[in-house]
Amino acid sequence: MIQIRGLKKAFGEKQVLDGIDLDVQSGETVVVLGPSGTGKSVLLKHILGLIEADAGSIQVDGEEVVGRPEHELNQIRRRFGMLFQGAALFDSMTVGENVGLGLREHRALPHGEIAGRIRERLEWVGLAGVEQAKPASLSGGMRKRVGLARAIALDPQFILYDEPTTGLDPITADVIDQLIRSMQKRLGVTSVVVTHDIQSAFKVGDRIAMIYQGKVVFTGSVEDAKTTDNAILRQFLEGSSEGPIQPL
Amino acid sequence: MTEFVLDGARFALRRLANMVVIVGRITLLYAEMIVSVPARFPWAQTIDQMDRIGVGSLGLVFVVSLFTGGVAALQAAYQFSSVVPLKYIGAVILRSVIIELGPVLTALVLAGRVGAGITAELGTMKVTEQVDAMRAMGINPVRFLVAPRIIAGTLMLPIVTIFANMIAIFGGFMVAVGVVGVSSATYVNSLKDFFYVKDLISGLIKAVFFGNIIATMGCYFGFTTEGGAEGVGTATTRAVVSACVLILIVDYLLATVLFRVIFTES
Repeated sequence: MIQIRGLKKAFGEKQVLDGIDLDVQSGETVVVLGPSGTGKSVLLKHILGLIEADAGSIQVDGEEVVGRPEHELNQIRRRFGMLFQGAALFDSMTVGENVGLGLREHRALPHGEIAGRIRERLEWVGLAGVEQAKPASLSGGMRKRVGLARAIALDPQFILYDEPTTGLDPITADVIDQLIRSMQKRLGVTSVVVTHDIQSAFKVGDRIAMIYQGKVVFTGSVEDAKTTDNAILRQFLEGSSEGPIQPL
Repeated sequence: MTEFVLDGARFALRRLANMVVIVGRITLLYAEMIVSVPARFPWAQTIDQMDRIGVGSLGLVFVVSLFTGGVAALQAAYQFSSVVPLKYIGAVILRSVIIELGPVLTALVLAGRVGAGITAELGTMKVTEQVDAMRAMGINPVRFLVAPRIIAGTLMLPIVTIFANMIAIFGGFMVAVGVVGVSSATYVNSLKDFFYVKDLISGLIKAVFFGNIIATMGCYFGFTTEGGAEGVGTATTRAVVSACVLILIVDYLLATVLFRVIFTES
């Protein structure tokens, strides 16, 4: 379980997170919605301790993340997988080396076993046989799938997805959505998905959280979100420029 | 007028404060490296960097050194004219190359090739979230990315400098014998008579420092890159300029220590 309380973060004069409260129960997928620039990706990075919070608390299965030194955070991070917005694949490595990096660094496994695990995870995301390819030779959708294979290589308890379908065509986006659902079923992971893709949010989410002006302004099930009278979420779901959300 | 002086003083203070911050951050980077590397030495990454920094630079260093040696021979012949016998041309090339030209020119060339490469690579990794991805996987990027480059740079520059010295002396030989008209035996004898191990050691000590400076500046500016492509470009320029300036300053300081304190002629 991930429990976030009163999380605050400012960059210079801009208060990006202004007291975020959010619970993510074990095994569920929470989709965090919000307009661009509202700190959704910043929130994910706080969960992993990649950004230092100004105030507040983040607990992962009861372990505090905020204020922990880097070497202790590294232990917590091994329980997570993260799919970055641009996949963040290591350019200098092959696809296989990308997927196997965590295994080589953290598990004392024989070479053959690591190769087998890499092959298996790439098969799971529908990319069997691309181990020797370089990330630069892959399409956007393939890069995201390799990023997902890398995220699940160490059998994480938690997976964080940062805009998993942004920049993809609708069909490839649906493939990614189905992969997110299948990872939840196959691995029983707890997931946080940050997106502003409404269709994707309804497909993959168990619960929806809406962030606006640094605060969580709505949390509820997908059905609750679809029928909500929360003006901010309504405007966001309808994609209207008229309403409480001021376009940037 | 007073306002102008105050503005100048404020500017100087800001630059000084900025330098103190940079020195502090580099100190922290080294502290983290010292803590993280012994726990698990990044052998594969270090060997890969030694190949890229050392072996990958040999072609460029060959061309630069060959022409440096050739020009040194022409310059020496011109300056010797009717003052110093040409039989000393080999000695002058030898000592100027192994004490100064070899280490400094190799370092300046590698500051451009290697320093810029390190900053551009790490800077791009930073702005495309690859460094964050590494941290998210529980891997210390200082141990995995910074340490191999600094260790490889520090170890490989003396080796590349030895190669540069040999090529420059050979370049000097080609011009001295082929253009100036000195006999090959005279040139070789001059080399033998005036070779001092302390000169070679001095040059190699300099190269160790220069290699460390190039890699450290490359890693520091790469790791502190902000923004997109423009940020990477700015960081790369800063890394190369800082490395070149530091190489020349440290060259002077080392020359003072080596030739006025440690290896005095007496």
